Amino acid sequence: MAGIQIERVGKRFGGALALDSVSLDVADGEFVALLGPSGCGKTTLLRIVAGLETRSSGAVRIGGRDVSDLRPADRGLAMVFQNYAVFPHMTVFDNVAFGLRMQKKPREDIERKVRRAAALLQIEPYLDRYPAKLSGGQRQRVAVARALAVEPAVLLMDEPLSNLDALLRLEMRAELKSVLREAKTTTLYVTHDQTEAMGLADRIAVMQQGRIVQADAPTTVYSRPASTFVGGFVGSPPMNFVKVTASGRSARLDALDLRPPADGDLLLGFRGEDVQLVPPDEGMTFVVKVAEPMGSHLLLTGSAAGCPVRVVAPPTASVHAGDRLGLRPDPDRIAWMSQDSGLALDGHA
Amino acid sequence: MTAPRWIPYALIAPAALFLAALFIVPLVQTILLSFDGGGTPDHLANYRKMAGDLNFTLAIRNTFLLVGVVVPIQLALAMGMAVMLQKMSTGRDIVLWIWTIPLGVSDLAAGLVWLALLQNSGYLNTVLFQLGLLDGPTPWLNAETPVTLFVGIVLAEIWRATAVVLIVLVAGFQLIPKEYSEAAEVFGARSWTAFRLITLPLLKPSIQSALILRTVLAFEVFAVVYALGGRNMPVLVGEAYAWQYENQNYGVAAAYAVLVMVISLAATVVYLYALRTRPETQP
Repeated sequence: MAGIQIERVGKRFGGALALDSVSLDVADGEFVALLGPSGCGKTTLLRIVAGLETRSSGAVRIGGRDVSDLRPADRGLAMVFQNYAVFPHMTVFDNVAFGLRMQKKPREDIERKVRRAAALLQIEPYLDRYPAKLSGGQRQRVAVARALAVEPAVLLMDEPLSNLDALLRLEMRAELKSVLREAKTTTLYVTHDQTEAMGLADRIAVMQQGRIVQADAPTTVYSRPASTFVGGFVGSPPMNFVKVTASGRSARLDALDLRPPADGDLLLGFRGEDVQLVPPDEGMTFVVKVAEPMGSHLLLTGSAAGCPVRVVAPPTASVHAGDRLGLRPDPDRIAWMSQDSGLALDGHA
Repeated sequence: MTAPRWIPYALIAPAALFLAALFIVPLVQTILLSFDGGGTPDHLANYRKMAGDLNFTLAIRNTFLLVGVVVPIQLALAMGMAVMLQKMSTGRDIVLWIWTIPLGVSDLAAGLVWLALLQNSGYLNTVLFQLGLLDGPTPWLNAETPVTLFVGIVLAEIWRATAVVLIVLVAGFQLIPKEYSEAAEVFGARSWTAFRLITLPLLKPSIQSALILRTVLAFEVFAVVYALGGRNMPVLVGEAYAWQYENQNYGVAAAYAVLVMVISLAATVVYLYALRTRPETQP
């Protein structure tokens, strides 16, 4: 068991800056998700930690040891690849045993550890089969079993669920979480799927253009985003931002009185479910363009104060396209942002 | 709207007719010719004549020796070159392009190029003479110097045809996802182990294709041998040529041709069996 320290790691590809002095601490046993849109550098960062990519600057420590210049094999880690990379010409048993064999472990040891990893991921019936005979989900289990069999100090996962269909992804997500909690392995997990990151991680590091813009617990990232980018990327529907101009630490939107923490051009950020629907003359005016009954809730899309807004209403609410409503955001869950920088203002709420 | 059932057959008919007219018919004719007893019921006369010929054993020995030496060297070289290409990040296409230039040279022309290098007054002797290593023009390609003649032919064949193997292997390498070797690396395999345990088995179908292609062509070696040594080093196809045009005995020439075909088919069968890949172990 060991933590990961990423210290000011930079990466240039020719003239392009892929990683801009990224620092991140992953505690021993912690599960951290690197979340961001494609091209944000999350996979590059993971591959640098793995040793599959060279860094341009900075250092990577695993368990306190500087591994920056070590081969992947000497870093004490295991990895699950996006395409699983389960060796097609080896049986499931040989795949799971691969890492242990490379470590020249005794036969009985290998047998025992392979069986245990296989039991953990419920692939015992397939140990003698070749991967081509398995479904995508089963291959995914083999890839995870192969990684856990070596009992790594650190587990790296690169979008491991992205090739599975939606239903299977949900199932594997829950299973991964329980398996990894049991194994207590320090995990760095790359994903572009914010629900996956929310569901799995102890902490989410949101990346944008080669930087980590926020690293916090999922609930914090969700309700207290560090920037409009984070608020817009995390959560479905994304956080709403309405333009407000404040003076004397006070502002008014239609019939709504607000107490922003600063003056000037601000953004009022609030989640679609953190609002109360009130009559039009009691809050900010919200004009409904589309009402979508989603079963568990009613999704309203429209605009308020000239900005697009999405509201999650109770499934029983009787709202139709064209209706005018009042919105009253929960004052404790408002996130104030600067219009100029897009960054959260200190002392929010 | 679906096309009538006969459309696909009509579309492949020209190609099928072309193959039948220019490949299968001559093939059958050659086989029949080789078993033609010249009006007598002795259908093996041509084969007996072939086997009784002074050059026959030599031709068999030389051809197999050439194949046995050239093909393994070419496979090893091409493998090394392909691995090097895989590791290159820039300029790969240019290097591959340069390496494949010899493929554009006809085998007779290639033979003549090497003749210019290796003959009595060739570049090699000139350089060796100027370095003071030789006293005068020294023959390398005589019947009296079979070893250097053989080495010369091997060199020319390697120069000329290694790129065929290379191209098949490079294509094969590109079919193997990078993740496999990365996974091997992460799980502790050193480069050579990863190559042996992961890359080589996954490359097996390509190695098989390359070997079949190269070996069949190597059994048909002729022009390079002819250019460098004339009939100083008899090979099977060279004998077929000699019987056809010098001796004007088409029956024996046909028997040689059929023999080369049988040997090539046998080699192909051996490769198909020895390097077979179980379908369930394919990616």
